[in-house]
Amino acid sequence: MKKWFSYFVPTLAVGLILSFTGCKKSAEETAADGNTIKVGEFASLTGKEAAFGNSSHKGTLLAIDEINAHGGVLGKKIALVYEDNQTKPGESATIVRKLISRDKVVAILGEVASGRSLEAAPICQQNQIPMISPSSTNPKVTEVGDYIFRVCFTDPFQGKLIANFAKQTLKATKVAVLTDVASPYSVGLATYFKEPFTANGGTIVADQKYSGGDKDFKAQLTAIKAANPDAIFVPGYYTEAALITQQARQLGMNPPFPLFGGDGWEAQELIQIGGKAMENTYYSTHYSSEAESPMVQDFVKKYKAKFNGEIPDAMAALGYDSAMVLADAIKRAGTTDGPKLRDAIATTKDYVGVTGKTTLDANRNATKAAVVITVKDGKFKYVETINP
Amino acid sequence: MTEFLQQLINGLSLGAIYALIALGYTMVYGVLRFINFAHSDVFMVGAFAGYYISKRIPRESLGGGLLVLAGAMLICAILGIVIERLAYRPLRSRSKLNVLITAIGVSLLLENAGQFFFGANPKVFPALFPVKTFTFGNGLVMSSNQMAVFIVAIILLVSLQFIVRKTKIGTAMRAVSFNPTAASLVGINNDVVISFTFGLGSALAAAGGILYALNYPSIDPLMGILPGLKAFVAAVLGGIGNIPGAALGGLLLGIIETFVNGSRFSTYTDAIAFAILILILLFRPAGLLGKLQVEKV
Repeated sequence: MKKWFSYFVPTLAVGLILSFTGCKKSAEETAADGNTIKVGEFASLTGKEAAFGNSSHKGTLLAIDEINAHGGVLGKKIALVYEDNQTKPGESATIVRKLISRDKVVAILGEVASGRSLEAAPICQQNQIPMISPSSTNPKVTEVGDYIFRVCFTDPFQGKLIANFAKQTLKATKVAVLTDVASPYSVGLATYFKEPFTANGGTIVADQKYSGGDKDFKAQLTAIKAANPDAIFVPGYYTEAALITQQARQLGMNPPFPLFGGDGWEAQELIQIGGKAMENTYYSTHYSSEAESPMVQDFVKKYKAKFNGEIPDAMAALGYDSAMVLADAIKRAGTTDGPKLRDAIATTKDYVGVTGKTTLDANRNATKAAVVITVKDGKFKYVETINP
Repeated sequence: MTEFLQQLINGLSLGAIYALIALGYTMVYGVLRFINFAHSDVFMVGAFAGYYISKRIPRESLGGGLLVLAGAMLICAILGIVIERLAYRPLRSRSKLNVLITAIGVSLLLENAGQFFFGANPKVFPALFPVKTFTFGNGLVMSSNQMAVFIVAIILLVSLQFIVRKTKIGTAMRAVSFNPTAASLVGINNDVVISFTFGLGSALAAAGGILYALNYPSIDPLMGILPGLKAFVAAVLGGIGNIPGAALGGLLLGIIETFVNGSRFSTYTDAIAFAILILILLFRPAGLLGKLQVEKV
């Protein structure tokens, strides 16, 4: 009995672990017959940046549903095959390889975070499968090769507009920067902010670093406080941004002392984690659900109806647009053959989407307006639109 | 000067949490001579237990907060005892390596079970105690949560020393640690003592988990990995198996990390912190307060 027991427990443990990791979600529709066109999507549906993946995924789903309701493309329905990378480094490469080799998808949609898009991009490039990133803003993503596209603005533009915003609206001349060294997005955005900001006479009084996943930022914030800045720029993602803001407030940098960031702050979780501390913080992003254009209001209405009254954020809007741009290109290409589809995506011009007009330039990037959002009374509030 | 003192406060409050987790590693090692790698995941379960209990209890009151703390400690103590009974006890007569690998297995099991039952997305941990910020002198700031960490850590450390040094069960623990065979010869029930050790260590991990979640209110099933690793290092630094050593190691690691983080070299925090640890261990191989034992073969 004893001997049996001693073998049983470890075996059980290993078995359970295997069964837990084995039950990842796979294709929503596995109809692999000739009547569907398979499009792959990889997203962070669970883990630290789950809010990004879920918003983007819901936007994409809504778009695919709509396309299929209107008869699909090339007389076929689009089947979305999606995989979760659990916000883990290394996972995106594996699942994109699987989407291409096993599911035989014709194109890949994803990701929000630049770091994870950069993992998948070389694989798509190598296999001549076009990849459209909905909201990775780091310039390096599309530099990987001519099969990689994005439907959002890039960080050089975002960095510059944040620098102008800090100078003109926040009246900040001394700014401290707190960068996530583990994220290409954060490192890139910090650089693209510092250049125009210092060129316009601003000074960076403190330049501190952290690593994504850290929870304690008091050390860096204490050093920042000693440098006496007018504001703190946090070019990171929402989980850390919320904790950083909270700890900055605890150290006595209370509102109206402003903290500000980029589109990595865009998630409802920012307010849920940060709570009252988030008052008087600002970030730039791709769209506001408060915009009055009929296109946006129609999108918000459809999204709310499909997802229990949730209000779509920028990641959802870009997820929607990325799928729409892809469908439009497939229609124009008349085929799903990799090189021809690539050429069709590359010639996307003035495609009107929820986040504005999409025209892909020679570097496969879009140029779009940005909006600035603030947190007021526990809610996101639209501040202004900045055109390129 | 203010900045220096502020960093010292930050470092001590981070270190106090490492110390609480390190105590669990060190106690189990002291009695059983093996590293319980699942300890950092018991820490995570502690935070989640607190999260679920707090949903049924009035928020932001001292009594409610203490109740959550006690409840989570109880749940984790039971979990620790169950883990020992099911996974480690059947292997006690085998080589130490078998138990070590099993501990890694239990750790993975808890992490993945956590993702399965609690969900892999981070959850927002509520403020259990009313949060206040105190300002001293010229701009020195300390939040009530940071104070709670100190107070709870000191109370638990003192009561742990009392249990180990002054009570009957504590004497039995030391006896089992010294020589298990001889201990059972003089009538000590080793199983009971070992279960008690696991229960106590896991309760401390739960307290650590709640205090950690109070200060950094975003919890997820993998939250234990990094603090657990650092606490393990802290235990080795202080001299594994030595209770005051674990506390000292935890505080030291917290302070070193904070000062490096606040300097220009914040990118290399872990590298620098661990380089210092390697240096200390080069000169004191048994840790700061540990005694070198000659192993007879």
